[in-house]
Amino acid sequence: MRYAMAVDTKKCVGCSDCVVACQTENNVPIGYCREWVVEVMAGTYPQLEMEIRSERCNHCVNAPCVRCCPTGASHFSDGGIVLVDPKKCIGCGACIASCPYDARYPHPDGHVDKCTFCIHRIKNGLEPACASVCPTKCIYFGDMDDPNSNVSVVLKKRKFKTLIPEAGTDPQLYFLI
Amino acid sequence: MTNRRQFIKITAFGAGALAIGSGAYKAMAGFSSTTEAAKLTVNLTRTPTYCEVCFWKCAGWVYKNDEGKIWKIIGNDDDQHCNGRFCPRGTGGVGMYFDEDRLKTPLIRTSERGKQIFKQASWDEALTYIATKMKDIASKHGPESMALFTHGSGSSYFSTLLKAYGSANVAEPSYAQCRGPRDEAFMATFGEEAYSPEITDIRDTKCLVLIGSHIGENMHNGQVQEMSDAIDKGATIITVDPRFSTAAGKSKYWLPIKPSTDIALLLAWIHEIINQEYYDKKYVEKYCSGFDQLKEHVKDYTPEWAYGITTIAPDQIRKTAKEMANAAPAVIVHPGRHVTWYGDDTQRIRAVAILNALLGSWGRRGGFYRPSKQAVPSSEHPEFPTPAKTWSDAFPGKYSVASTPVSNALIDASIPENNPGFAIKGWIVNGTNLVNTIPNQANTLKAIQNLDLMVAIDTMPMEITGWADVILPECTYLERYDNLRVSPHRKPAIALRMPATEPLNETKPGYWIARELSKKLGLEAFFPFEKQEDFLDWQLKKIGSSLEEMIRIGVKTFEREADDLYFANDEAIEFPTDSGKIELYSLAFEQAGFDPMPKYIAHEEPPAGFYRLIYGRAPMHTFSRTANNPNLTDLMDENTVWINPKVAKEWGIVNDQYIWLKNQDEIISEFSIKVRITERIRWDSIYMVHGFGHAQKQMKRCFGRGASDTQLITKVLTDPLMGGTGMRGNFVTFITEKTEQEVAS
Amino acid sequence: MKEEIFVSGRMNHLVDPHLNIWHWEIPLYLFLGGLAAGILFFAALYFINGKEDQYPTAVKRTPILAPILLIIGLLALFFDLRHKLYFWQLYTHIKLQSPMSWGAWTLMVITPVSFIWSALYIREFFPNWDWKYNWIKEVEKFLQQYKKVIAWIMLIYAVILGIYTGILLSAFNARPLWNTSILGPLFLASGLSAGAAVTLIMSKSPEERKRFAQIDLIIIGIELFLIIHMFMGFLASTQVQIDAANLFLGGPYTMAFWIFVVILGMLLPAALEIMELRKFHIPAIVPAILVLFGSLMLRFIFVNAGQMSRWLY
Ligand SMILES: Nc1nc2c(c(=O)[nH]1)N[C@H]1C(S)=C(S)[C@@H](COP(=O)(O)OP(=O)(O)OC[C@H]3O[C@@H](n4cnc5c(=O)[nH]c(N)nc54)[C@H](O)[C@@H]3O)O[C@H]1N2
Ligand SMILES: Nc1nc2c(c(=O)[nH]1)N[C@H]1C(S)=C(S)[C@@H](COP(=O)(O)OP(=O)(O)OC[C@H]3O[C@@H](n4cnc5c(=O)[nH]c(N)nc54)[C@H](O)[C@@H]3O)O[C@H]1N2
Ligand code: SF4
Ligand code: SF4
Ligand code: SF4
Ligand code: SF4
Ligand code: SF4
Ligand SMILES: [Mo]
Repeated sequence: MRYAMAVDTKKCVGCSDCVVACQTENNVPIGYCREWVVEVMAGTYPQLEMEIRSERCNHCVNAPCVRCCPTGASHFSDGGIVLVDPKKCIGCGACIASCPYDARYPHPDGHVDKCTFCIHRIKNGLEPACASVCPTKCIYFGDMDDPNSNVSVVLKKRKFKTLIPEAGTDPQLYFLI
Repeated sequence: MTNRRQFIKITAFGAGALAIGSGAYKAMAGFSSTTEAAKLTVNLTRTPTYCEVCFWKCAGWVYKNDEGKIWKIIGNDDDQHCNGRFCPRGTGGVGMYFDEDRLKTPLIRTSERGKQIFKQASWDEALTYIATKMKDIASKHGPESMALFTHGSGSSYFSTLLKAYGSANVAEPSYAQCRGPRDEAFMATFGEEAYSPEITDIRDTKCLVLIGSHIGENMHNGQVQEMSDAIDKGATIITVDPRFSTAAGKSKYWLPIKPSTDIALLLAWIHEIINQEYYDKKYVEKYCSGFDQLKEHVKDYTPEWAYGITTIAPDQIRKTAKEMANAAPAVIVHPGRHVTWYGDDTQRIRAVAILNALLGSWGRRGGFYRPSKQAVPSSEHPEFPTPAKTWSDAFPGKYSVASTPVSNALIDASIPENNPGFAIKGWIVNGTNLVNTIPNQANTLKAIQNLDLMVAIDTMPMEITGWADVILPECTYLERYDNLRVSPHRKPAIALRMPATEPLNETKPGYWIARELSKKLGLEAFFPFEKQEDFLDWQLKKIGSSLEEMIRIGVKTFEREADDLYFANDEAIEFPTDSGKIELYSLAFEQAGFDPMPKYIAHEEPPAGFYRLIYGRAPMHTFSRTANNPNLTDLMDENTVWINPKVAKEWGIVNDQYIWLKNQDEIISEFSIKVRITERIRWDSIYMVHGFGHAQKQMKRCFGRGASDTQLITKVLTDPLMGGTGMRGNFVTFITEKTEQEVAS
Repeated sequence: MKEEIFVSGRMNHLVDPHLNIWHWEIPLYLFLGGLAAGILFFAALYFINGKEDQYPTAVKRTPILAPILLIIGLLALFFDLRHKLYFWQLYTHIKLQSPMSWGAWTLMVITPVSFIWSALYIREFFPNWDWKYNWIKEVEKFLQQYKKVIAWIMLIYAVILGIYTGILLSAFNARPLWNTSILGPLFLASGLSAGAAVTLIMSKSPEERKRFAQIDLIIIGIELFLIIHMFMGFLASTQVQIDAANLFLGGPYTMAFWIFVVILGMLLPAALEIMELRKFHIPAIVPAILVLFGSLMLRFIFVNAGQMSRWLY
């Protein structure tokens, strides 16, 4: 099993519903976030192009955050989901420094926190909160090993990219372009 | 444990646990189904609601956590408005409840108006005060001298109250500041309005034309969802906007129009569609009247003519006209919603309506569907007294096309210098922040200063409440029952809102407030039900449902009486217009003394060194109402002023710099605003999101964050047909440093 | 024009607009670790070489500082942890791929070793010292026999510790400025140079001082060489690395780096030491303190600037 997510930049409107849904679902404290939205715009008026991306942890296959964690708090869970165990985390910040995507943040309770792919939901047969709320239905989630999963199907159909592939992290957050 | 018990209490009405469990089960489609799902959800409590963060009114569920505290709000899968997905504002609606700056108790002003010195009062005290003043006004000036400004769910209770009292002056800002021109233009053309939610069949369209409708930023949920569906299906999107809106970024054609020139573009499209015989001949012949006059009227409005006005190249105009024609009748030239721009707005939307008629999209799949609405009985009460005068007597002859009271006309009627036919002496303001909602703030404040009574009913200490004599704190939508949501849609449906939790502090539901006040005025006969839930149960039982059922399901969708979502082939239709036809040539407008067909009139242009002020929505906020919402300020905590790089360079302005804006009437924004230098805006305009720059200190999170567009909209381009307040005729320049004197002014 | 903005989220000042999770604690920890490594390295080296009596300060006296420095360093690290009560988790796991982990374990080894080393010499400085308990005396006697083994352990671990202070940063591929293999040797060199400087300050023997001044000069030479190579490497690499180098070549850290680290921390002390070796009278403490200062600044600047450098995407 290999969980992955794909975000359709052609449909994402940058509304940030995913961000606030993540916040309420996962009790992310105000002032912090597990995901965020980026807008990239290029050109000169009126020849313009825009890409909007909803971003979060890439659940990298080759995750530097897991590698550099001195206590094993950062670890791989089912389906390659990268998790932090708050009871093991000493809050050293190494994993934060190691993530090329700045996907982690120090939780005010001391431990480090990040996107969990809503593992508590997917274990219960639900979609991640961000995917289930997105009004444009532009977030696809599923098992890459299952050729019929949402994510496999859409990645077969569409062109896509990942972020900073040259960092060698093998990210599992895909962007449909 | 309380949690569990509460849950059982709620589900005791029926097989709630099972129903909720299976609801979650449905959401699992595509995932391995485990019994865990049922367990997860059953351990929680959820109550139905429909969202009050904007007027799309999506139905959803409020979930509470193990401690019984409100946790999250999720869309109801069965709701056509949201299809189980709320927008960011709805999802962040929890912040409305948790905002610690909320109004907590009734307040009575103890100082002169404008100075915000209030004393806490009991409900009885506050309502007695209001009733005494209202009786006073009725005896001195007649009850028609009271006006109600209202927006949102509470409107019906306070409107009942005011009508019972003897006044028909009930105005909503959603008319003259919003969609009034559109409603009148569509009424004049099709005999029917475009409704809310709009009856645009976007999900099945092949071509969507957005004229300043920035769907995606304008986060009206169903439309955003359907636009996304349309993108998936490969529909062509044509966006006309001087700004590279988010929708423009998704469009095949973006027409970067010079602001205020849309009518020229629309006329050129009409010209092209008629001249190239792209129009739906059968449809026009069967359903429309006035085609020959129209053809004659637009004969000179060539794309070349429009090019000089709009800066849109003729071939772009031709190509896009062709795209529309190819898609017809599955094409939507979107009617827009906030359309009060330049004062000729009813005529502009008329052009939109005409274009749709020519393309045959009205009543067709992928165009405009025919809505259906569930009939629900209203409670029986004595007949309302007939007011001696109504709002239209204040300025006879003005705004004769308006079908509902015009908020700004009522405001003007409150200022004695305007010599209104009769004067307004008292206001009840419910759920609208008039100070930031109506342009020309000075005028609004002057009107308030002349009142004998000013009551504000709100959830937050907003600018408007600062001016009230009495402030009544309503609880949020998460803490109350309200009337059923009964809106037109593809299928008739109703939705229930019930409290997820007890109201905080001394806050009360609108129904309770209106009824208690009615008692003090001796009008309780108009509120026969003591509790709103009793009314709802009575009402629901009349249509074969019950409160118990609705608590369980939240939304009930009915079947249409007939399979008539779209016109049938060759269906004979009598349109509810004067002529019974779709009027390309409006007899009603002609009769009222207005142009029966739209004309292009040039508008004033910004003087040197000034830029047109245009404004719009950010997807994560609703006007001013969300500005202090902790969850939503977390997404966006101030607005920025968008400036084209060329302009910024000329001014030596850099990104993230804070500047002030000054308009043509020397009004300087009270607060500074952060600069965003971006190619997304034209060089002759600046853009900002409406709803920021709050001057109310009690709202700690948003006070002084960003600038208020309303403050800079001092020049109002009033629509002579229906009184709409065109707000885009204002020009601003930049102030990079504020001098002492300017600070004082 | 290209515009890239965060529409929402990421308003956390610890992560945006650039990383800001490490403040004074980590650079201080790295400096003290490097300094202790330098001190212990020379102590072990000259003991193994049998030059205990030739360079008594380096072998016997300065190491007394090492455990103190290491403890302060560890305290600084502890301060930095945001989940302090879980500190012990560091020592219930061995994570070979985590520099933090092997740093913690290195310190676990070298700190007691440095204590032992100091303890073995304590009676030389305080002749009246009494260990009070007999068993301690027994242990001391036992350890005295294995001094050479201890010295070897200390030598190896000092090098590991010295390199570790650099690798801790260079292991972060995510921060282009840190992600250079030169950082390990550079920080090791800087630690050695600082260690030598402490001996310079504390030593009363002219011969020893001369030796350490020479050592320092050589190390400074190596450091300058490494720095030049580091920049050449950056500039010949990808845009992100060029951007990283530009933090020091015109960017916000230019002044701080070139003035505090290179001029005041390397060139000036080197010049002073050359003058002293040429018999000009320069108080040895001046270049030594400059070296220590430069070494400290190097850590502060690299930790801070590294947090500013990031991938573009
Ligand atoms: N400058 C400018 N002016 C505009 C617009 C613009 O874009 N720019 N847009 C126009 C448009 S399209 C519209 S529709 C109008 C909207 O105008 P309004 O409806 O006035 O908009 P808001 O500013 O959100 O004000 C709503 C008020 O209701 C309060 N409120 C929220 N929830 C409740 C509740 O449950 N009960 C009660 N009693 N009060 C509640 C809020 O605290 C706030 O004070 O504004 C119009 N005016
Ligand atoms: N997130 C969010 N969504 C909302 C609301 C909200 O407060 N927040 N409010 C809701 C309400 S009540 C309404 S009425 C709607 C309003 O939403 P719309 O009807 O879509 O919005 P407008 O404010 O009319 O249009 C704003 C757009 O018009 C463009 N524009 C400015 N001048 C011109 C011009 O001269 N010509 C053309 N063609 N375009 C121009 C602006 O650049 C901007 O993109 O939004 C609704 N949706
Ligand atoms: S909710 Fe969907 S459309 Fe909105 S920002 Fe997130 S991914 Fe984009
Ligand atoms: S994105 Fe960052 S936090 Fe997530 S797995 Fe990759 S390196 Fe770790
Ligand atoms: S902060 Fe926590 S999760 Fe991150 S590396 Fe340190 S111990 Fe591991
Ligand atoms: S998957 Fe869950 S935790 Fe991750 S960003 Fe989406 S909502 Fe947040
Ligand atoms: S569109 Fe958003 S804010 Fe409006 S009612 Fe629906 S969920 Fe609420
Ligand atoms: Mo509106």
